[in-house]
Amino acid sequence: MTNLSVDELAQIEQPLPGAPNNWQRFFSFSTDHKVIGIQYLVTSFFFFLIGGIFAMIIRGELITPEADLLDRSVYNAMFTMHGTIMLFLWTFPSLVGLSNYLVPLMIGAKDMAFPRLNAVAFWMVPVFGVILMASFWVPGGPSQSGWWAYPPVSLQNPTGHLINGQVLWLVAVAISGVSSIMGAVNFITTIARMRAPGMTWFRMPVFVWTVFAAQMIQLFGLPALTAGAVMLLLDLTVGTSFFDPAKGGDPVLFQHFFWFYSHPAVYVIILPIFGIFSEIFPVYARKPLFGYKVVAISSLVITGLSGIVWVHHMFASGTPGWMRMLFMATTMLISVPTGIKVFAWVATIWGGKLRLNTPMLFALGGLVMFVFSGVTGIMLAAVPVDIHVNNTYFVVGHFHYVIYGAVVMGLYAAFYHWFPKMTGRMYSEGLGKLHFVLTLIGTNLNFFPMHPLGLQGMPRRVASYDPEFAFWNVIASLGAFLLGMSTLPFILNMIGSWVQGETASKNPWRAIGLEWLVSSPPTVENFEELPIVISEPYGYGKTEPLVANPDRLEVAHESP
Amino acid sequence: MNPLEIDASLNPESPTNPALDPHTHPEHTHDDAGNRLFGFIVFLLSESVIFLSFFAGYIVYKTTALDWLPPGVTGLAVREPAINTVVLVSSSFVIYIAERFLHAKNLWGFRVFWLLTMAMGSYFLYGQAVEWRGLPFGCTDGLFGGTFYLLTGFHGLHVLTGILLQGMMLLRSFIPGNYDRGEFGVVATSLFWHFVDVIWIILFVLIYLWQ
Ligand code: HEM
Ligand SMILES: [Cu+2]
Repeated sequence: MTNLSVDELAQIEQPLPGAPNNWQRFFSFSTDHKVIGIQYLVTSFFFFLIGGIFAMIIRGELITPEADLLDRSVYNAMFTMHGTIMLFLWTFPSLVGLSNYLVPLMIGAKDMAFPRLNAVAFWMVPVFGVILMASFWVPGGPSQSGWWAYPPVSLQNPTGHLINGQVLWLVAVAISGVSSIMGAVNFITTIARMRAPGMTWFRMPVFVWTVFAAQMIQLFGLPALTAGAVMLLLDLTVGTSFFDPAKGGDPVLFQHFFWFYSHPAVYVIILPIFGIFSEIFPVYARKPLFGYKVVAISSLVITGLSGIVWVHHMFASGTPGWMRMLFMATTMLISVPTGIKVFAWVATIWGGKLRLNTPMLFALGGLVMFVFSGVTGIMLAAVPVDIHVNNTYFVVGHFHYVIYGAVVMGLYAAFYHWFPKMTGRMYSEGLGKLHFVLTLIGTNLNFFPMHPLGLQGMPRRVASYDPEFAFWNVIASLGAFLLGMSTLPFILNMIGSWVQGETASKNPWRAIGLEWLVSSPPTVENFEELPIVISEPYGYGKTEPLVANPDRLEVAHESP
Repeated sequence: MNPLEIDASLNPESPTNPALDPHTHPEHTHDDAGNRLFGFIVFLLSESVIFLSFFAGYIVYKTTALDWLPPGVTGLAVREPAINTVVLVSSSFVIYIAERFLHAKNLWGFRVFWLLTMAMGSYFLYGQAVEWRGLPFGCTDGLFGGTFYLLTGFHGLHVLTGILLQGMMLLRSFIPGNYDRGEFGVVATSLFWHFVDVIWIILFVLIYLWQ
């Protein structure tokens, strides 16, 4: 068996383990990390659609300068719910789902360290979602204070009821926090202790590194947000005065709690996307990842730095000058490890034989969008610029480039790339490419106009605006509707291909990585016999095999 | 050599290949109890950040607030809380002794000292309840009232949790052979207890000594 190259090993054909027709298990309390992973992915995608509908309602309102579609309070509720859902019910859980699915496979483990805890953490997500959505039916409707819930706005209770949108919002966010901390404990333990023989830290795929780094942020950052949320909740319900300036409280302290977590939180989202890029570029360029170790380590550097930059969100909160300068400097520092990563990806792609399958297209698109958002990000980190564009659409444009351009595109890239592994079937390239083109055009049409709008001074979180801003707003709204439509080919593709796509071999991309050594979809146990890892990942074009015992990894198959 | 072929020196079947020696990868064990303990410590790290945040809030308020103490309040009595502190902190040693007894397979020794820990913890809670009832201010009385009850209350909740966990472990010691295959629950509970103690010491310094 030994004289086979990686590529050849990858090509060993395997019969499809007759994908059992038991879709019911996706609705059960399963402890299999693969089922939980897909449960997360489907649930969060459902909320993505809801958040997307809210976004289109917002953009529908903004297509004309007057506030003529919605009541202003409804408009406020819309952007608050949109932001909250998109962050807490779409990007976080979908990345957790992907990590859940991939991490044990990538490190050669049979499951997560704590399978039951894993399931409990997942089931808290729908509970969270239901509580949040329930606020549409309480007096006064959902919270209107934006996803950051700054007091004193969030302390206003116009209805006088104890159960109101803001209270439900806080309870929901607290549940999501508990669920995420459970997840963080699980991921960190799994990665630190469940790796297959021979899988040293520097043989771990970058995706696993980034998940580890991101989960460290969850572990150490989320409690600060939780602390702030508890205090705000007490102010609202019990009548304490932590953040109420009218009673001597300090609303800026809330901002510190909030951003101490919520700035690093953007790395919880973007780091795994960096991981996805690092997995995808080498496969489709057929080259080893350039500077693997540096790329891996830089994830931890970003994690460390991310804890000391939060005040850049508070340049306009009466922050003293020395603090502004300090945090401006630390923020700029983060661009170094990030820049290193970008450089490594470009070097990986450079001169490679690119295969432009849908995952690669999305990854390339995401990279370009990310670079653009990086430029506007550095502009925002500069205090004078930030003071000027703070709370304008420039900020909204910047973070949507990150979040739609890089994060959502990166997620799509991952969905396509690992679709054959998860389902045992191939997706349709035609629909995939259509999806890519619509997304790319839609994202730029939607979010580019926000930059000139912001520079001209259009404030964010407003339902009406000066008619001079109309031109760019119309374009942005059209882009939003296009983006809404762009999800249709994706949904069609995923469902249609899962039901009747071509069957996929265990390694259709001829990729290197433990997850590609097992059948598609993997059996319950993942690995009958644990792989013994003997080389670095990404050995494209090199001759060492990844594992010492590939022949023994032929997994047993259930007959159809 | 054909680039597609594997270099013979890398022959993974070779007995000298380090990857085949099971002793070189201690990280791969299906050591569930070890995982649980590791996970529990990770969790405690996370918990400590909540407390740190509350402490940070307390310090900010104390150093910047215009009206810190509620009107009519000049400070807190230190004597009773100090006694309370001594009891709680010494219980950390008692629980350690209990653990040692269990380790030495002396179940009754374990139960006695374990129960003593629970009693000391309960005394602490009782003392705190008495203190709360005697205080002239409530949690809605300004920043001091709010942070005071928040910190002591949140800590008290942890003490209560600790006592409940201890009760569970005590009951379990009556299941024959329960602790023969490892004592994860006991070790974790005792870790938690030390954690709660350390937090209290910081809290005591912040609230009672730094007046
Ligand atoms: C269909 C695509 C999307 C459109 C058209 C869209 C549009 C908008 C608009 C118009 C706002 C209001 C800005 C303001 O008034 O300040 C907004 C806010 C926001 N969006 Fe999106 N968005 C989209 C996708 C996303 C995604 C995918 C995410 C995150 C994963 C996201 C996260 C946010 C956040 C966090 C806010 C801030 C909410 C707040 O101010 O409280 N959006 N979006
Ligand atoms: Cu930030």
